[in-house]
Amino acid sequence: MSKNISINVHHVTRVEGHGNIVVNVKEGKIEKCEWQVPEAPRFFEAMVRGRRYDDIQTIVSRICGICSITHSLAATKAVEDAMGIKVSEQADKLRILMHYSEQLQSHTLHVGYLVAPDLFNAPSVVPLVPKAPDAVKTIIRVHRIANTWSDLLAGRTTHPVTLIPGGLTKIPTEQELRELKKTLEATVKDLVAICEVVHSVAGNLPKFERETEYVSLKMTNPPTYTFYHGDITSTDNGDGLAPIRDWQKVANEYMSAQSTAKWCKWHRDSYMVGALARFNNNAELLSPLGKKVAEMFGLKKGNTNPFMNNIAQLAEAAHVVETSIRMIDELLTKGLTQEKVKVSPRAGCGSGCVEAPRGILFHTYEFDKSGNCVYGNMCIPTNQNHANIQKDFEKLVPQFMHLGQEGLRQTMEMLVRAYDPCISCSTHFLNVEFV
Amino acid sequence: MTKPRVAIFDFACCEGCQLQIVNMEEEILDLIGAVDVVEWREAMSEQNREYDIAIIEGSITRPEDAKRLEIIRSRCKILIALGACATLGGVNKLKNNFDLNEVKRCVYGKDADMPHLETMPTKAVHEVVDVDFKIHGCPIDRKEFGMVIRALLLGKKPMVPDYPVCVECKAKENVCLYEYDKICLGPIIRAGCGARCPSNGFRCFGCRGYVDHPNVDAAREVMDKYGLTVEDLRQKMVLFGCEQGPTV
Repeated sequence: MSKNISINVHHVTRVEGHGNIVVNVKEGKIEKCEWQVPEAPRFFEAMVRGRRYDDIQTIVSRICGICSITHSLAATKAVEDAMGIKVSEQADKLRILMHYSEQLQSHTLHVGYLVAPDLFNAPSVVPLVPKAPDAVKTIIRVHRIANTWSDLLAGRTTHPVTLIPGGLTKIPTEQELRELKKTLEATVKDLVAICEVVHSVAGNLPKFERETEYVSLKMTNPPTYTFYHGDITSTDNGDGLAPIRDWQKVANEYMSAQSTAKWCKWHRDSYMVGALARFNNNAELLSPLGKKVAEMFGLKKGNTNPFMNNIAQLAEAAHVVETSIRMIDELLTKGLTQEKVKVSPRAGCGSGCVEAPRGILFHTYEFDKSGNCVYGNMCIPTNQNHANIQKDFEKLVPQFMHLGQEGLRQTMEMLVRAYDPCISCSTHFLNVEFV
Repeated sequence: MTKPRVAIFDFACCEGCQLQIVNMEEEILDLIGAVDVVEWREAMSEQNREYDIAIIEGSITRPEDAKRLEIIRSRCKILIALGACATLGGVNKLKNNFDLNEVKRCVYGKDADMPHLETMPTKAVHEVVDVDFKIHGCPIDRKEFGMVIRALLLGKKPMVPDYPVCVECKAKENVCLYEYDKICLGPIIRAGCGARCPSNGFRCFGCRGYVDHPNVDAAREVMDKYGLTVEDLRQKMVLFGCEQGPTV
C-alpha cells in the first residue's frame, strides 16, 4: 500500500461544469481530502430582478443546458404560485410529458456517454465506438428519441419555448402524440438492451456504502413516483412531508469553513438528492419495467451505495417511458383541446419545485403589482449534494487507499460522476483557489 | 492529409451549446472521423495543448478566464465563438445592468467580499480576443454547427444569414405574433434558426443578435401599427441584446 498519495484533479472531466478533487496523504495519514467547485459564478438571482414575470423562465432556463426544461418548469410553477394562476389538466399532463423527455435524455446522456466509459475502462465514449458499436448505437438512438420527444413538447431540445405561465403556447397534434407513443413502445427493447450492457460491467461499480439522508419529492394523492407534483420528503422524516414553500428550512444553506461552496443539510451533516433519493423514497411506485430493472441489478429500497445512483437512473428511464405511454393514451382518449392562456400579473411571492434528473430543485420569486420580479432565489440539486460528496470522500479515501494514487483518483472521479453533477447551475456556487 | 485538431473549451455558461454537439447523435460519429477532437472536458478525459481549431463556449466574467482565453487564442489557428454567451455575452450580461458589488451582495450576502467571488462585467469572446467565426443562438442550432465545421474543413467561408427572423417566419406561413399582442424581436434579429420560437408561438427574444443592418424604420412601423411603444421593444431587447444597446 502506498503511503503517500497526492491527487489534484483540476476540473473533473465528463461532468457538466467545473469541479476539483484534492487529496493529500502523507505516511498513510490523510492531510487533505476536498471536493471543490471553481465554476464561474453567474449571479442569476441578481439578474432576474426587474425582469417581467413572463421572461423569468426564459432567463433561468439558461442556468443549465442539460436540465433547462426542469429549470423552466420550476420557475413557471413559482410564478403561477405567486400569482395564483391555475393550469388546466391537459396542460399539466403535457408538461409532465415534456419533463419526462428530459429525464430520459439526461439519464441516457449520463449513464451512456459519461459513466459507461468508466465501466469499460475507457477515457471517453469515442474509443467505445469500435469496441461496442451496437451498444453505442443503441444509446445514441435512445438519446435521439428523447431529444425528438423534447422537440415535440418543448418546441426544441434545450431551452424550451412552449412553456409560459398559465399553460403552453403550442400543443402537439393527436397524430404527433400517436407517433410518439409508437416510438416509445419501440424504445422499451432498446432500454432493456442498454440495461443488459450496463449489467455486464456492473461489477466495476465500486462497493461502497455510507448511510445518509435521502431527500426528494413525494406524492400521496394519488400515490405516484413523482418528478413534478407533491411535497418534500426524506428518509429521516418518517411519514412527515414539508410543503414546497418551506424549502429553505429543508435546504438550510450554510457556508463551510472547509469549502467555499454553499452546502445544505437537513436532519444530519449532509443529504443526497437525485435518482437514488427518489428511489429510496418511492421505489414501490415505479412502473413494472422500472421495478424489473432495479431487481436485475439487485437495487432495493434503503440502498446506501451512491454509485447505485446510476442504476436508479436506468430504472427511472424505464419508468418514464412506460408511464408516458399510459399518459399519451389518457390524453388521446380525452382528446386534445386548444386552450387560450390569459394571465393578469399581480403582486405576490411564490415557490416552485420539481425533480431535476439530478435531484430536487427549488425556485422562489417575488413580484410587484405590475409583474416585475423584485426577488429571486434558487437552490439546485448539485448544491444540495456537495456536502454529501465531501462526506463520501472522507469515508471512501481510507477504504480505497490501497488502490494507490491512480486507482483512488479514478474511484473518486467515478463517485463525483455518479452524482451526475450539474455544476454550471451556478446559483450559490463560489469560486475556490486552486491548490 | 492530417486531420485538423479541434479542442472545445467552456467558460461561464450553461454548457447547452456543447450539448447540441452531443445532440448531433449519429452525425457526430462522421464528424469525429473527419477531425481529431483532442480536448473536450464535458465529454472526454483526454487533454491536449496542441490544436488547430478552438471552439469557445461561454462568456468571460473573471480576469483569470480572460487570461486563459488569450492563451487558447495564441495556440490555435482558427477560433470559433459558440453560442450566444460567446457571441453576445448571453443572459450573463444581464448582470452588467447592476452595480457589481450590489450583485454579489444580493446573491452571497455577508460573504460577498470573499476574494474568490471576484467578478467583472460580462464580456463576449470577441471583446477579449479576435474571433474568426461566430455560431449564433441560445442554444446553437446543431445543423448550423455541422454546416460551419464542414465549410471550414473544405476551406470555405461559412454563410451566415444576414436577414431577419421574419423572413424565415413568413416562409413558414406563421401568423405574426403581433396579431396576438405579443412583442417579438423577429424584425431586427438575425435569421438562421428557422424561426424556431415564433413557430412555436413564443416571441423571438433575440438570442442570435441583431442583423448587421437592422431596418429600424420598418421595426418602428410595426410598433406603431400595433399601438406599441419603442420602450416596449426596448424591454424585450435586454435578455440578449445588452451588448449592442437598444438601436431603435
